[in-house]
Amino acid sequence: MLENVIEVTIDNLVGEVMNMKNDGHRLVTYSTYQEGENKLGILYHFDKELKTTHLRLAVDMDKPIPSVSGVYFAALLVENEIRDQWDVVFDGLVLDFNRSLFLDPEVTQVPLASNIKIEPKK
Amino acid sequence: MATTVIPFGPQHPVLPEPVHLTLKVEDEIVKEAIPALGYVHRGLEKLADIRDYHQMITVCERVCGICSMIHGTVYSQSIEELMDIEITDRAKILRVIWSELHRMHSHLLWLGLFADAFGFEALFMQFWKVRERIMDINEATAGSRVIVSVNVIGGVRADLSPDQCRWILSELDVAEKEIQEMQATIMEDYTVKHRTCEVGVLTYDQAYELGAAGPTLRGSGVASDMRMLGYGGYADLDFEPIIETSGDCWARSTVRFRETLQSIDLVRQAISKLPEGDIAVKVKGNPPEGEVYQRVEQPRGECVYYIRGNGTKHLDRLRIRTPTFANIPPLLAMMPECELADVPVIILSIDPCISCTER
Amino acid sequence: MLFTPTVVKNLLKKPATRKYPFEVREPFEKYRGELIIDIEKCIFCGMCARKCPCQCITVDKTAGTWACDPHECITCGYCVDACPTKCLTFKDVHRKPMLEKTTWVEQGTPPKPKKKAAAKKADAPAKEAKAEKAEEKPAKKAAPKKKAEKK
Repeated sequence: MLENVIEVTIDNLVGEVMNMKNDGHRLVTYSTYQEGENKLGILYHFDKELKTTHLRLAVDMDKPIPSVSGVYFAALLVENEIRDQWDVVFDGLVLDFNRSLFLDPEVTQVPLASNIKIEPKK
Repeated sequence: MATTVIPFGPQHPVLPEPVHLTLKVEDEIVKEAIPALGYVHRGLEKLADIRDYHQMITVCERVCGICSMIHGTVYSQSIEELMDIEITDRAKILRVIWSELHRMHSHLLWLGLFADAFGFEALFMQFWKVRERIMDINEATAGSRVIVSVNVIGGVRADLSPDQCRWILSELDVAEKEIQEMQATIMEDYTVKHRTCEVGVLTYDQAYELGAAGPTLRGSGVASDMRMLGYGGYADLDFEPIIETSGDCWARSTVRFRETLQSIDLVRQAISKLPEGDIAVKVKGNPPEGEVYQRVEQPRGECVYYIRGNGTKHLDRLRIRTPTFANIPPLLAMMPECELADVPVIILSIDPCISCTER
Repeated sequence: MLFTPTVVKNLLKKPATRKYPFEVREPFEKYRGELIIDIEKCIFCGMCARKCPCQCITVDKTAGTWACDPHECITCGYCVDACPTKCLTFKDVHRKPMLEKTTWVEQGTPPKPKKKAAAKKADAPAKEAKAEKAEEKPAKKAAPKKKAEKK
């Protein structure tokens, strides 16, 4: 369903993103989803002249993920939102809100990590 | 010089929705701005676990009140691509008609608020008087004024008879004359130009790199409009994206004004090309496993939906990225070296829809 | 200076606002105002409760009641589209404001159980016949499959 997907790992992530920037792409957003037990899948979406390119990264939720906000300043807002939703740590985030961008300090349950499917009544 | 910290709080007469900025000011010149969001976070992406994929349309429409039809359109388009459903041409053109009417009423609302931001209340009321005609069209054809709820998976729920089409065209003729009377004021009046020219400048490179979207991007000279992708019924209509090159608040306001007039033209083209046929296709079964990525052009910019299905009637993941979310880093780049009295005008010029940003 | 013609025109014309609530505009006919049900036609199938995005409708088949929470309803109209007997419609004016929260329960006649009991008795000999047929059917299905494999 998605075209143009490139697989990356934690080590060559920042290098690939620098290549994208030098090529003239602009960062659109990241999407995250549950890849398996304790693993998070992140898709980086880029756009150049209406053509999209995606980078796919699968990472463990306990290890810190290298941040891209040194390359693209706009990434800091998305990475803070991912911190709120999944409780992961980004390494080298330029402006860190420490899980308080959307959530209140007293909220302890991680929103998207517990995928409980509740049946509707009836 | 001493630095003062001024909170531009969640409550402010010029903001339609609550957002907080901490401004570091030295003698009326702003040096830095740090945002704080989270006042209207509702957690709508998590609701995909409880509501099945038909009921999620009503949730997606209520992410934003002003661009609600377009959220419904992109959600339906994504599910239709995931399940391989082909909708009829009549349904595509009907979706385009209501989407362009929504774009018009959103831009008229913004033009009114912009005039109110520097105190021109009479112009504010004039723009909103024209907007009432569009709301009446929405109510008579689709059933409701603001959240029209006319999208279903497989097409639309309401139809337009030839009498209604003629009535829409006559109302749009009157609205176009009324809007053109205000063109001289919003673009050339001395007070308006004094408050908006050279204020909040965003250069071409800054706008491209920081990921701006919509009129913020087109006001700085980048010709990028998602309707050029030709999704839905836009493949049959022809139009050109509107750009201005100066990159200040005046340019963004002019882009939105011209887009309003362009939308009237697009609705006229669409009504003349309306084909015969059914308005909806029957949908059976659940979304299969897979992922889909769709982009549309909302009044505020480019909106991105990413959906993953897993074979049951609940979606695995629904991810929405709205245009105001992408416009906040450019806002932080426009703030340094501006005067304190220009801050409300600059914040309003990116068209902040904070309830979209925080879903 | 560029706005003066508009100002002068507005001063000379009558006001653009209506004196609501003394003057009320005629309602549009497709407007989704308030939900009403014709309880005599309802067969208590429960389709409306299943389709409702807010889960505000409760249907009880044995007691014959249909209840809707009027404060949760968003007047989207999915129940109207789903009803097989078309007993749900919309009024074209919205509900007047109320001073306190109310509930809305309609009592109708539940579907008659007598037919079901008679059907059960008739079903019992029919079920035995069906069991015999069911045994025959797999044998029949196996036969054409074997033929298809041979081909």
